Amino acid sequence: MTFDEWLRVDRLPHIYCAGCGNGTVINCTLSAVDQMGWKKEEIVFVSGIGCSSRAPGYIVTDSLHTTHGRAIAFATGIKMANPDLKVVVFTGDGDLAAIGGNHFIHGCRRNIDLTVICMNNMIYGMTGGQGSPTTPRGALSTTTPYGSSEAAFDLCGLAAAAGANYVARYTSYHVKELTLAIRTGLGNPGFSFIEALVQCPTNYGRRNKLRQVSDQIEYFKSHAILAQKAERMREEGKKIPDDMIIIGELARRNRPALGVRK
Amino acid sequence: MSRIDFMQGNTACAEGALAAGCRFFGGYPITPSTEIAEHMAAKLPKVGGVFIQMEDEIAGIASVIGASWTGARAMTATSGPGFSLMMENIGFAVMTETPCVVVNIQRGGPSTGQPTMAAQGDMLQCRFGSHGDYSIIALSPASVQEMYDLTAEAFNLADRFRIPVFVMADEIIGHMRERLMIPDSVHRGERKLLGKGNLPYQADDDLVPGFPVFGKGYGVHVTGLTHDERGYPCATSPSVHECLVKRLVDKVESARDSIASCDIVNPDARVVFISYGAPSRAVEQVLHDIHNDNVGHLRLKLVWPFAESLLSRFSNAETFIVPELNMGQMAREIKRHTNRRVIPVPKLGGALHDPFDLAALVEELL
Amino acid sequence: MRTEIRFSGFGGQGIILAAVIVGRAAVMYDAKYAVQTQVYGPEARGGASMSAVIIDDEPVLFPKVTSPDVYVIMSQEGFEKYGVSAGERAVMLVDSSLVQSRPGCRCIEIPATKVAREALGRDIVANIIMIGALVAATGVVSREAIEKAILDSVPKGTEELNLKAMRKGFELAGQVKCE
Repeated sequence: MTFDEWLRVDRLPHIYCAGCGNGTVINCTLSAVDQMGWKKEEIVFVSGIGCSSRAPGYIVTDSLHTTHGRAIAFATGIKMANPDLKVVVFTGDGDLAAIGGNHFIHGCRRNIDLTVICMNNMIYGMTGGQGSPTTPRGALSTTTPYGSSEAAFDLCGLAAAAGANYVARYTSYHVKELTLAIRTGLGNPGFSFIEALVQCPTNYGRRNKLRQVSDQIEYFKSHAILAQKAERMREEGKKIPDDMIIIGELARRNRPALGVRK
Repeated sequence: MSRIDFMQGNTACAEGALAAGCRFFGGYPITPSTEIAEHMAAKLPKVGGVFIQMEDEIAGIASVIGASWTGARAMTATSGPGFSLMMENIGFAVMTETPCVVVNIQRGGPSTGQPTMAAQGDMLQCRFGSHGDYSIIALSPASVQEMYDLTAEAFNLADRFRIPVFVMADEIIGHMRERLMIPDSVHRGERKLLGKGNLPYQADDDLVPGFPVFGKGYGVHVTGLTHDERGYPCATSPSVHECLVKRLVDKVESARDSIASCDIVNPDARVVFISYGAPSRAVEQVLHDIHNDNVGHLRLKLVWPFAESLLSRFSNAETFIVPELNMGQMAREIKRHTNRRVIPVPKLGGALHDPFDLAALVEELL
Repeated sequence: MRTEIRFSGFGGQGIILAAVIVGRAAVMYDAKYAVQTQVYGPEARGGASMSAVIIDDEPVLFPKVTSPDVYVIMSQEGFEKYGVSAGERAVMLVDSSLVQSRPGCRCIEIPATKVAREALGRDIVANIIMIGALVAATGVVSREAIEKAILDSVPKGTEELNLKAMRKGFELAGQVKCE
């Protein structure tokens, strides 16, 4: 495939900063969609507000760029009214887990047939670097100038507990794995949630001693630990350091799904 | 064959929506509107439609807007607290030109207020409640029959103007049961589709662009950001923003005389009641009881946009009396358009104006 | 002619349904006009429940009951809250098995709950006995209309029981000979 056929080339250049991880996730998503063999006219991308949510505007399919936090609720209406459409949501950590947290857990509970891809940069990028629900404890942001004193949300744990059929986490370093996970999510009936940790050199890395783009990608690479390995370590009674990122497929099941044509 | 039924206002609202082809309801239970959701939950699956109870009213209106983009006629119903929650997404529907119907069975506010008592305290909120400049259409039924008829008509107006249309009823009309004539069929307007070669937000002469239904290959980008005719975000251009917002307002306001809908009694009267919704019933009782050609009545079925030309239909009117279940919300609008005397008759607490009190006021003025 | 009827009892007696059935009879089977309203409280059961119906030969304009012509009272609390202020010219049907007080206006005593329990074996149809008595005593709707409206409104399988209750009501009001 060529990306030109999926992108609105008349809208380029995009708004993302040099080194932003969102482009990687968009690429992985378009690759996955292309591998599914889906036609452009049967896909709708939906998003809320934030850097991640600008993605649908660069893709040639029908797309709905909605209000902050509400993308899953809008997407639910689209999918329920026309189950023939393939509905994919792009969201970010603030959009999904702060203002949109309620819609997120209820989407998972309903197990509605959406694929939700969260570009988690652990910061509010578009508004200039405020702390989000996934900002790690101790991390600096413009609203946590002395280090975040709150715990970060485990988005995948939340999705799995709330009932999503498919849950996976990777990072912008894990391009092949991420693409495969998105593809699996697209093909899996019910709520599929894929979290992609992404670097934000401008607003996260700069304030947290990860100034170079490669610093944060290097961090993802060195701190990622496969879910199976983490499980083995737990069984062996080994402690997994708090700053490790557990990646891999975290839930895959076949509970009854909503919004699937019977 | 049309048939007669004895039905609650809220049920009639749901039946009117179904007759108009509504096939999606997304909402959240709230007194005193819940019977609408309950009736839709029972009936929609039987006609191939979708009912979904969302996690809150924000999600309710969001799901309705999403459904509308698939081409479905879609609605929600709520009351004050839920209406407040919907405001941001109502602005989104205005900006993206998404047809949808929002029913508000008004109850006493502010806040939780009087959940089971009638009010008309949201009349300005429905007009101005979301941020920014815009215009909408609001209808106000005064009977169970109009709960049916005006809800059905709301869908036609929503499709024609591509805006949210409000059915601003109240607890009295929503909860009372009375005679309803259910027609064979109701007039169903069409949602004009986007023409070949037109840009997605390129308006026609009626200032309304054709609708590009999702899933039909239009490949349209829909955003709440200020956008150009292609639908592309263009949020820092003063001229694009001004042009867009002016069109969003003008497409409704330029039609206000042509879509005005009201009942007029005794146009030569010196004293004229102006009412909408439940207080109309008290006014009708007054006119029935006093039989005086010098007392007139303008009953608005379509409240917003307010067509000020209706006031000039009462050329001899010296005084307009405006009984409302609020502290004078529409009276304020009426005052803006006339030099004649406007007497608001506010009523709070949930009870309807007493026809004897209104008659006494008229006696004083004549 | 406008007739205003107010029903009161405790939640669970079918006070609202009673008013709906009378309104339905008027509108659908007597070609009259009616408006039915009710008081909504937070309680689903117990408390004092109130509903009202206005019946007229011409369209009902003002939809709220102001000075009821007829009362149907099925609990002591209902009497105290909604019946005690009845005007002199009103008529009140009371379920004499549950209401101890009597109004200043003309009163028709119908032992509805007692009869429902003892003769029909089901308390729940006391409201239908009261409706039957109301129709027999006031003629506000026709007997044919009320029968059809009852059949429209009661659960399947209970039609015969409810018609029996209605006829009991006709009978009890007839025995009172107050007309």
